Amino acid sequence: MSHLNELETDLIAAIEAADTETALEEIRVSALGKKGSISEQMKTLGKMSPDERQTMGPALNALKAKITDAVAARKAMLAEAALNARLASETIDITLPLRPSPAETGRVHPISQVIDELAAIFADMGFSVAEGPDIETDDLNFTALNFPEGHPARDMHDTFFFNEKEDGERLLLRTHTSPVQIRTMRNEEPPIRVIIPGRTYRCDSDQTHTPMFHQLEGLVIDKTSHFGHLKWTLEEFCKAFFEVKNVNMRFRPSFFPFTEPSMEVDVQCDRSGGEVKIGEGSDWMEILGCGMVHPNVLRNCGLDPDEYQGFAWGVGIDRLAMLKYGMPDLRDFFDADIRWIQHYGFRPLDLPTLFGGLSS
Amino acid sequence: MKFTVSWLKDHLETDASLEEIVNRLTMIGLEVEGVSNRAERLAPFTIAKVIDAGPHPNADRLKVLTVDAGEGKPLQIVCGAPNARKGLVGVLGRPGDYVPGIDITLSVGKIRAVESFGMMCSERELELSDAHEGIIDLPEDAPVGQSYASWAGLDDPVIEIGLTPNRPDCTGVHGIARDLAAAGLGKLKDSGAKQVRGTFPCPTGVTLEFGDTKPLCKAFALRLVKGVSNGPSPKWMQDRLVAIGLRPINTLVDITNYMTFDRGRPLHVFDAAKVNGDLVVRRGRSGESIEGLNGKSYEVDDTICVIADDNAVESLGGILGGELSGCTEETTDVLIESALWDEDGIAATGRKLGVNTDARYRFERGVDPDFMLPGLEMATQMVLDLCGGEPSEIVQAGTVPESAKVIDFPYAEVKRLSGIEATTAEINLTLKALGFWISGAGDTVKVAAPSWRPDIEGKADLVEEVVRILGLDRVPVTPLPRGRTVASRILTTGQIRRSKARRALAARGMNEAVTWSFISKSHADHFGGGQAELMLANPISADMSHMRPSLLPGLLSAAQRNADRGYPDVALFEVGQIFGGDAPEDQKMVASGIRRGTARLEGSGRHWAGAANAVTVFDAKADALAALSAIGAPADKLMVFRDAPGHFHPGRSGAFKLGPKNTLAVFGELHPRTLMELDISGPVIGFEIYLDALPEPKAKATRSKGKLLASDLMPVRRDFAFVVNTSVEAETLLKAARGADKALISEVTLFDVYQGKGIDPDQKSVAIDVLLQPVKKTLTDEEIDAVSKKVVASVEKATGGTLRG
Repeated sequence: MSHLNELETDLIAAIEAADTETALEEIRVSALGKKGSISEQMKTLGKMSPDERQTMGPALNALKAKITDAVAARKAMLAEAALNARLASETIDITLPLRPSPAETGRVHPISQVIDELAAIFADMGFSVAEGPDIETDDLNFTALNFPEGHPARDMHDTFFFNEKEDGERLLLRTHTSPVQIRTMRNEEPPIRVIIPGRTYRCDSDQTHTPMFHQLEGLVIDKTSHFGHLKWTLEEFCKAFFEVKNVNMRFRPSFFPFTEPSMEVDVQCDRSGGEVKIGEGSDWMEILGCGMVHPNVLRNCGLDPDEYQGFAWGVGIDRLAMLKYGMPDLRDFFDADIRWIQHYGFRPLDLPTLFGGLSS
Repeated sequence: MKFTVSWLKDHLETDASLEEIVNRLTMIGLEVEGVSNRAERLAPFTIAKVIDAGPHPNADRLKVLTVDAGEGKPLQIVCGAPNARKGLVGVLGRPGDYVPGIDITLSVGKIRAVESFGMMCSERELELSDAHEGIIDLPEDAPVGQSYASWAGLDDPVIEIGLTPNRPDCTGVHGIARDLAAAGLGKLKDSGAKQVRGTFPCPTGVTLEFGDTKPLCKAFALRLVKGVSNGPSPKWMQDRLVAIGLRPINTLVDITNYMTFDRGRPLHVFDAAKVNGDLVVRRGRSGESIEGLNGKSYEVDDTICVIADDNAVESLGGILGGELSGCTEETTDVLIESALWDEDGIAATGRKLGVNTDARYRFERGVDPDFMLPGLEMATQMVLDLCGGEPSEIVQAGTVPESAKVIDFPYAEVKRLSGIEATTAEINLTLKALGFWISGAGDTVKVAAPSWRPDIEGKADLVEEVVRILGLDRVPVTPLPRGRTVASRILTTGQIRRSKARRALAARGMNEAVTWSFISKSHADHFGGGQAELMLANPISADMSHMRPSLLPGLLSAAQRNADRGYPDVALFEVGQIFGGDAPEDQKMVASGIRRGTARLEGSGRHWAGAANAVTVFDAKADALAALSAIGAPADKLMVFRDAPGHFHPGRSGAFKLGPKNTLAVFGELHPRTLMELDISGPVIGFEIYLDALPEPKAKATRSKGKLLASDLMPVRRDFAFVVNTSVEAETLLKAARGADKALISEVTLFDVYQGKGIDPDQKSVAIDVLLQPVKKTLTDEEIDAVSKKVVASVEKATGGTLRG
């Protein structure tokens, strides 16, 4: 039996010493292969006496099992070590910076975003969105809107004109979105609730005026809507747009040829910190003009002013954007400076909704 | 319109504070744009006496003054005024005081090595007048040490209101007072004109001569006052004129300016000695011109109304008097004119000649016709009071038109339009206070507007009067009724497409710009525009003269600006209108974009994982396709054509079309000549998507997406490589492969294009991967072979190529 003990000791030592799977396999074959040391011992069992076999058989089987287990254990250990070594070798610097993803770097212009915000708000109040061309006739831009020919109110508009045609017609770039009021009233039956966003043009250029800017016109025509509804509409709009609980608004009488009575609207704000905060403070800032649609305008659209009535307003979209998002200079809106767009623009997937919050 | 509080109180009896007045003005539609108080601004300036004046050691023109400011030790002040002298009492500013006329805050200074501890001020430096010949020279008894402003009575705040064009009645202080009185802020003082009896006939006659043309003058009244002595006007009048920014000239001229602002009634005075013969009011004649009182010369024509005497044109009627017959301090006989001009004529002349005067401002808005004669009487009385003299009778040409306009006014109109519940009594009181006449009783009355309110036309105007005076805060906030159903879609297809294209492009890393709708002619020309009908007659600058035919020039210029600022790799896009003509239907909406440098979808510039390559036509193609997919273009029906517009590289550009005639988008690398023309450095790619060109989607009966047909059977892939001529387009080959067996072939992918070793120089190898999707049963080897043969045959036939061995 002592030779078995010796064999076991040798094999176990060899197994423990094997440092590769190949070496280990060689040892396994040398012990348990067809001609392995243990297999050879097994072959001798047949020639033994029954008594000898009685003791040697179990001993050899036990040895075989022990060596088999030892090989398996060593193999598992070697595999584990190999994996660990591989993992260690595969380690990389995960602090290396990524390329930003396109959806992360792309931006939507604040004007587009604000128009989407406005559409979301007014859709909730039952308005739809109407549009009209930038190149307009004098009639739709002025005359039908009750601007008398040659009246100083026309001068206030600093109009861009095209050259006079042979038939004497002179087209112009619309100075406001109000011509679309006329187009809408002439083409649709009341009740009408529309907002009209669009590009507008005036020959003017400084920090708060650009020759091209954006307006949002609103128009409500039915048989009952009055000043009180207009007040409500604008107050609700301001609260929703500026995303504040309360907005103090001041309605002042004013004059526009196409509304009567007419008002200008100021919002209370705080200008102390270099930034305008709507909904607090004690300053007033003018944000829009509005009024009841002038009877002459209704008549010009084939509506009887004793039957139909309604209101309209006009507000600068760029100005709304500046007030809400803090851009200091209107001219930058049209310069396409990538730094400005990146800073003031909006991420493409941030589509404003009322249920999700306009800008949250 | 500017006026002072004391001036207002000449017309309004009130105890209201400045703040109340200012608030009320704004709330009745006379928006206060500013209030300035010279006394506050000049508060630190004190009366001081020069107790000694000696020469400056280093400058002949300067003097060194010793000034007693009434406190402590006298100050040393260096002064250059010629009238600085010992004994002069003047106005002192000390270090720390702000001098408005020169926009400087004083500090202790050294002038030519002599220290100066303040400044003796001129009137101009304190913005009291234009006078700058010397420092202010006060009477000797002016109290040294006291505030100059309060001593001089400057404590009279100036209010400036932004007048809307419908309110000519408020171009005079009296009209403003009337509005305030109606709004309950005091009592309007009745300062009606008294008739001044003339003692002799006016020696100068007047005729209106317009023949059968439209009369540009409705009526004209004139009177002579002889034996006047003209000179500087009294201090109170000068103070008021200066306070509102006018320059006192002499009493006669100042009276006309005073009447303009006091009553909104412009007048003109002629020096009778310089008028030859009678006055004729007529249209100008070409060749005639006039030297205006403003020192400028104007050519007139037959659209312009002039007042002429036997010699020359003496005045631009209702706009500007002439230098030739103007009143000076030597004037002894004065002709005073009060006339009514045609509003449109005044506006047209003013615009044509570019003259803005206080008279034009009022006449083009419409002055009170019934005040033409009272205004003349009032001015005559002022001339008599201030200059003496003897008045003639009034001579008048033309007649003052009837202005009474009677409106049927249902009281209910106030509630209908404004929502305000107002009593009949309130409404009556308000209208009467504003000068309206009311007659009749019951629910509807007759209301006549006063002659000074040409803006009143109908019921709505009366509602406005009531509402603005009662106060807009009485309008009840009333919710708009909400719909009884859930809101349905409100955006048009076009609006939705713009939004989708915009966000799809932004999601591809592009930045949305908004560029001008007008560009230069050369840029417009280069992009197929520049038509005469799209040229502005009055552009704001030469490079913004033509409506854009494409968004690309604006975006390209923007990219170059960014490059010049150090940002060469930019991806910009815009969704906006382009103009093919001046009709509404010629205006189209497009989404257009450019990528410059290495601004690709994967990122731009250098990166540890591999630097980005320069942009290529395929970046543009991918952008265009992504936006087209986003707006719902049928990707499987889109065809790629080579015919892109000339501003693209002819070999590296294309168009997506639905059928050969309907172009949905164009894309490509920009033509090198285009870049040169626009002064842009490349590489740049661009695309333009015609959002309106895609047909409106058909209405669908159901929103169902249909059943998913996913086979349980394994698909089989087979690769093929073909050698074809280089001119063969990939699309031809792919189409042939796809069409080889439409039932089995579900997808064909092109995965390699090779030119080089082993292939003839004029040929290329194109490798495709064909996906076979069995539907009913697994394919046998024979079936697969059969399909493969069909693919090869189809591609070889379509391309003239061969299967690569």
